[in-house]
Amino acid sequence: MTPEEEKTVRKRQRSRAIVTGLILGGLALLFYLITLTKLMVAS
Amino acid sequence: MTTQTASRPASSATGPVIADWRDFYALTKPGVMKLVVFTGLAGMLAAPVQLHPVLAFTAILAIALGHGGAATLNQWYEADLDAKMKRTEDRPLPAGRMDRDTALHFGVGLSAFSVLLMGLATNWLAAATLAVTILFYVCVYTIWLKRRTPQNIVIGGAAGAFPPMIGWAAATGDITLMPILLFALIFLWTPPHFWALSLYVNADYARAGVPMMTVVAGPRSTRRQMLLYALPMIAVAIAPWPLGLAGPIYGVTATLLSAGFLLLTIAVVRNPSAKPARMVPEKRLFLFSIFYLFALFGALVIDAWVPVGQAMGVSG
Repeated sequence: MTPEEEKTVRKRQRSRAIVTGLILGGLALLFYLITLTKLMVAS
Repeated sequence: MTTQTASRPASSATGPVIADWRDFYALTKPGVMKLVVFTGLAGMLAAPVQLHPVLAFTAILAIALGHGGAATLNQWYEADLDAKMKRTEDRPLPAGRMDRDTALHFGVGLSAFSVLLMGLATNWLAAATLAVTILFYVCVYTIWLKRRTPQNIVIGGAAGAFPPMIGWAAATGDITLMPILLFALIFLWTPPHFWALSLYVNADYARAGVPMMTVVAGPRSTRRQMLLYALPMIAVAIAPWPLGLAGPIYGVTATLLSAGFLLLTIAVVRNPSAKPARMVPEKRLFLFSIFYLFALFGALVIDAWVPVGQAMGVSG
């Protein structure tokens, strides 16, 4: 890989990692809310 | 869905292809997703039982993710076809911005997760319907029918007709006459909608060797068949009103919009041209058909929620 390609790859890896982190955080929050809602509805 | 970063492959002869996150997003066909999410949401909101907002949001998210997974698997299987058509040649796989295995893993993962999410948040009838929709789109439409028969989009259109039924099932845990009518409406709407587009991008399909109705039977026969599908579609669109499943807001809107749909379809049937530049009626019908579906489902929700419909005892 040329230095420019290496730079592009690193940039994409970084942005993918950030997006994946945000999605996982969002899903953790969503599952927490689903659990609370299910408990509320059940009671 | 390309940016300067995402528009070229990040690879060399020795290095791997590292797709940008925007390429993953593009694989989910976000343009089509809007209609899928909207009809799913409308089916859910028109149902007589209302879900808790958190569960309703999750159900719609599951429908969107399921659509994204199916769309990804569709592009994984059709990368060779997409490379031959102008409309699709810049998608991540034919453009070389992503390798096929990555797309396959992403598509399978997204599909499986969407079904699990739907089942855990709402009920397993909705989850099973979502699973059937994904399998139908990928196996029946993409793998089996698309390259074999000009009826491909007629039968494959059923996959696009499921979302309101899934939304309804998520809310009620049941499938009754109303969601079946909504399914039939989108099923019958798909041929005139898609063939209107297919008529003016016919050269693309012919070049790619896809046996679309416009390629196999020609423009004249396709136009006649569009009308043959539009007529029962109009009957199904208006049916919830006289059947007492929807009120006057929906009924009047459906009647007026359907009259417009019929007039535009007749204009298409009367157009003798086979040249894309002269296919103005086809382009009008294609654009109107999208508005038609959005407006019809919008009216259905308003009808179910506005007191006028409820006071007359005809909501949901």
